[in-house]
Amino acid sequence: MYVAVKGGDAAIENSQSLLAEERRGDTAVDELDLEQIKQQLSLAVDRVMTEGSLYDEDLAALAIKQARGDIVEAIFLLRAYRTTLPRFGASEPIDTGDMAVRRRISATFKDVPGGQILGPSFDYTHRLLDFTLAANGEPPAPTPVAEAPVDEAMPRVTELLNQEGLIEQESADDDQEVFDLTRESMKFPADREARLQNLARGDEGFLLALGYSTQRGWGRNHPFAGEIRMGEVAVEFTPEELGFPIEIAEITVTECQMVNQFKGSSEVPPQFTRGYGLTFGHCERKAMSMALVDRALRAEELGESIEAPAQDQEFVLAHACNVEASGFVQHLKLPHYVDFQSELVTVRALRKAIRESAANQEDPGMPPAAE
Amino acid sequence: MKTADTANGQTINSLSSTADTRRQYWLSVMAKASADRVKALYDSLPEHPTWTTIRPAETGMVMVRGRVGGDGNRFNMGEMTMTRGAVRLANGVAGLGYVQGRSRRQAELTAVLDAMLQSPETNALISTRIIEPLAREQRDARDIRARKAAATKVEFFTMVRGEG
Repeated sequence: MYVAVKGGDAAIENSQSLLAEERRGDTAVDELDLEQIKQQLSLAVDRVMTEGSLYDEDLAALAIKQARGDIVEAIFLLRAYRTTLPRFGASEPIDTGDMAVRRRISATFKDVPGGQILGPSFDYTHRLLDFTLAANGEPPAPTPVAEAPVDEAMPRVTELLNQEGLIEQESADDDQEVFDLTRESMKFPADREARLQNLARGDEGFLLALGYSTQRGWGRNHPFAGEIRMGEVAVEFTPEELGFPIEIAEITVTECQMVNQFKGSSEVPPQFTRGYGLTFGHCERKAMSMALVDRALRAEELGESIEAPAQDQEFVLAHACNVEASGFVQHLKLPHYVDFQSELVTVRALRKAIRESAANQEDPGMPPAAE
Repeated sequence: MKTADTANGQTINSLSSTADTRRQYWLSVMAKASADRVKALYDSLPEHPTWTTIRPAETGMVMVRGRVGGDGNRFNMGEMTMTRGAVRLANGVAGLGYVQGRSRRQAELTAVLDAMLQSPETNALISTRIIEPLAREQRDARDIRARKAAATKVEFFTMVRGEG
């Protein structure tokens, strides 16, 4: 039986009005504008674009403002918006080897060609609260500008290892159809391209915890941060009317190449294996976590035993999306009055049956049921 | 394709460039510019053409692809917003605009300017007044970013310990 419950219209309307007021906060304080969010909360914008799976800084800033800074809610808003837009096609694959690098570090080679470029990083801050920011302090001193720019082309660390055949190589088959999880549902086992799309939009916290679990022994794969690079890449798109590609955008991305435990067989001499992470904007923790989990999910392909959650495709890929996860967890708030009534009836009946059977056996130890 | 690195004002006028390469270049420059800059430079032109709309500017998405490991198979990374439009000038030349983001005005003006750049009588004017300044701004922005990054490059030095 399904019983429709109506009511609460006025309460809902007033709740939304109260939400809008709380979002705005004290009107004596200036309202945030989108440009401020874009400029000064740029890493929140980057995360919302990455997990919202839509590169548009203005929309991400709007989502953050509307969601009152609730990042997962903002991601939901962006995902919902993208369903209203037509798809014009797919870009040529971005070339991260041709990135205009703003940060590039390697934990495996000190003297990597092109150098270690720290860029803007929290890594060397002391994590002490800076009270000059609280005091709305003066703008920071102008940052030093070197005479010469960084190298235009920086070889990937994986290419350096490739030269000696010490690391597995990727091969590119561009005739192969590209799986798209926005158009088709995930099937298990999923190939690596499908897994990477899923991980690229997956929840940072979830992937961080899974990546961490591999380091703590739950599917250990001995990672080194072979290279992390962040900077701008061109996006090329071929309009059907033109028949040749044009650069339609320059976007910021972060890439992580994990270099992992080696393995060999009777045919292949021992070589390092790889895990890969790629995000929009500057999402370094996410890119690293993604690379760890990508590598963990390759367990079967690499002949490793699947023992830990991070190696289990279905466990990881079916739970990585925070829009789905948040929706399913939060749907518990919706009225379940009828479901619950039926459970109440069942529990009462069970208790009654037990009480009666106990009475029949004249067992005085049975406590009376509270109803 | 590395138009952003290698192409500049000279490449536009270079005799060796094919018409397609030149068009690829100016369309890319306008696509990556901010909507405000394209509008401002367009407004600063001495004369503005009349045009008819072939396809009204429309916002949609492009799926951005990456490669596994940076160099392997393609995979879908996530989408980006893009706006496109098409116009025809009074002289019959059609122009296209494909731009990053959601500015319909930028897509429409880019299409108008694309048609003007294809028209021999206005090519030099638009190259000089719009494409070259935008390309210069983009190069300068890229250069300053790359030089600020270079200032954060680690210079290792080795400490010599002990004697001999």
